[in-house]
Amino acid sequence: MSHIQDITKPEHLVYRKTPLLTDNIMHYCPGCTHGVVHKLVGEVIEELNIQDQAIGVSPVGCSVLAYNYLDIDWAQAAHGRAPAVATGISRLHPEKYVFTYQGDGDLASIGCAEIMHACSRGENIVVIFINNAIYGMTGGQMAPTTLLGQVTATTPYGRDPKLNGFPMKITELLAQLDGTCYVTRQSADTPGAVRKAKNAIKKAFQNTRLRKGTSFVEIVGTCNSGWKMTPVDANTWMRENMFPKYPLGDIKDI
Amino acid sequence: MKGNEVIAEAAIRCGCDGYFGYPITPQSEVMETLMLRKPWEETGMVVLQAESEVAAINMVYGAAACGKKVMTSSSSPGISLKQEGITYLAGAELPCLVVDVVRGGPGLGTIQPAQSDYFQATKGGGHGDYHLIVLAPASVQEMNDFVDLGFELAFKYRNPAMILSDGVIGQMMEKVELSPYKPRWTDEEIEKISGSWALRGKKNRKRNIVTSLELDSYGQEKFNLKLQAKYREIEAKEVRYEEIACEDADYVLVAYGSSARICQKTVKLAREQGIKLGLFRPITLYPFPTEAITKLAGRVKGMLSVEMSAGQMVYDVRLAVNGKVKVEHYGRLGGVIHAPEEVLEGFKSAFGL
Repeated sequence: MSHIQDITKPEHLVYRKTPLLTDNIMHYCPGCTHGVVHKLVGEVIEELNIQDQAIGVSPVGCSVLAYNYLDIDWAQAAHGRAPAVATGISRLHPEKYVFTYQGDGDLASIGCAEIMHACSRGENIVVIFINNAIYGMTGGQMAPTTLLGQVTATTPYGRDPKLNGFPMKITELLAQLDGTCYVTRQSADTPGAVRKAKNAIKKAFQNTRLRKGTSFVEIVGTCNSGWKMTPVDANTWMRENMFPKYPLGDIKDI
Repeated sequence: MKGNEVIAEAAIRCGCDGYFGYPITPQSEVMETLMLRKPWEETGMVVLQAESEVAAINMVYGAAACGKKVMTSSSSPGISLKQEGITYLAGAELPCLVVDVVRGGPGLGTIQPAQSDYFQATKGGGHGDYHLIVLAPASVQEMNDFVDLGFELAFKYRNPAMILSDGVIGQMMEKVELSPYKPRWTDEEIEKISGSWALRGKKNRKRNIVTSLELDSYGQEKFNLKLQAKYREIEAKEVRYEEIACEDADYVLVAYGSSARICQKTVKLAREQGIKLGLFRPITLYPFPTEAITKLAGRVKGMLSVEMSAGQMVYDVRLAVNGKVKVEHYGRLGGVIHAPEEVLEGFKSAFGL
């Protein structure tokens, strides 16, 4: 039997936390997708060696404190305005890698105009969009991406299209705009999905280097606390209900 | 030149890095002039038409977070929309310049000049305990001068500055002496001025975070006290005003911006009738020249605050006078500009002369 000191020798190292991730304790609930995606963004920035050129814009929502976890320069934006803030940064720092990190309420509801026009102008930025079909931070209210019939704090009897309208496929809408160069939808629920999501994020940042326009990466994720499920059940529910409505894969790649 | 055109010209000449705006009457000439001038070819200044005032001010927030000299301009309804961004800018202690060419309200109101946004400009405007540094130009020349001054004060105190103009000054054509060209700050200069907080890419230092969020109440209180200390310093050091014919005055008109221009004529008319009238013109509306007005109150019989509004600055005048003498208000509303003769009649009836 190997001794613990032998196992932890550097030559046996098969995985390490990217130094881009800080040692701050994450405030995210166990089972939340944010932690995985933060790690992927950190790994991509490390692998592209752009730590000193990357500037993040955090939203209002659960990931408002993203700046506590990734060791790069950050701006915290008003609710929904991250694409406008990123526009200001990117226009004044055209050589930098500017990205927003936004949830579905922030991006698809209150910030609908800002994301539409940033994508329409083809701002040379990356947008990481976490879609978990709910407002997590404020306690699980209906989001634009909430599914029909889905129970939330403000749709206690399930989302009814007559009362609440329909789920919004914002990513497909943004793919229609001439300014977007890469629009994809991924998930992070299996090792394979995580690898695909990382590749997508990497490609998005590489597009910034090539000055191709706006790259948009949606990650369909879970909010097990908001959904009132265990993390395992939340993943199952996501696969069975979210994926049919929000199919994974590249929507646009030019 | 037109006041609004001068704002654009002054921005280019003072080394401004970026302008983000949205069209609204009566200030659209600012962005139009910039787009025609193409400063990106001349100085590298960025000019961008945003999709809304909300987006424009948030672009300013992002660009200001980089330590750059950036600005926006708008008029009353647009400035209302910008309040969200303005309070975030104040909360994140970001320097920037906001130009407000005021028109009559409330609501969509009128496109004619007014001074009815004094409260909004000087008392914060958005949520939270904060102030903008507010400069009130009374001439096209001051439209030119205050762009540079606004940036200087904004960076000195890491606080948004506002030029509170109105449709008269914005649309009026006057002779102006434009400022000489100053180059935009180099990367090294920005590093020296704002390197400790600006987003320039983390290299050989701790990461810089621009935020107005503090979840701990005691931390938020501490931050607010720091802001308040900054405002006390601004109040002590940055008050600007002008006194016209106040030395021997029995009564004084208090007016800023275009109303002060009108009141200059009123003073002349009054003196022709043997009434010793003076004019006190606040140039900074925040910080307000409280002390100077308090002193003046000891030497006169009364003061009349003359504003193109229902009376907003009059409250600050009364606070400064603190009951020593009578303080009244006179002004036309909703985009109507008072004539010098009307002001004189208003003054006489307010003080029973």
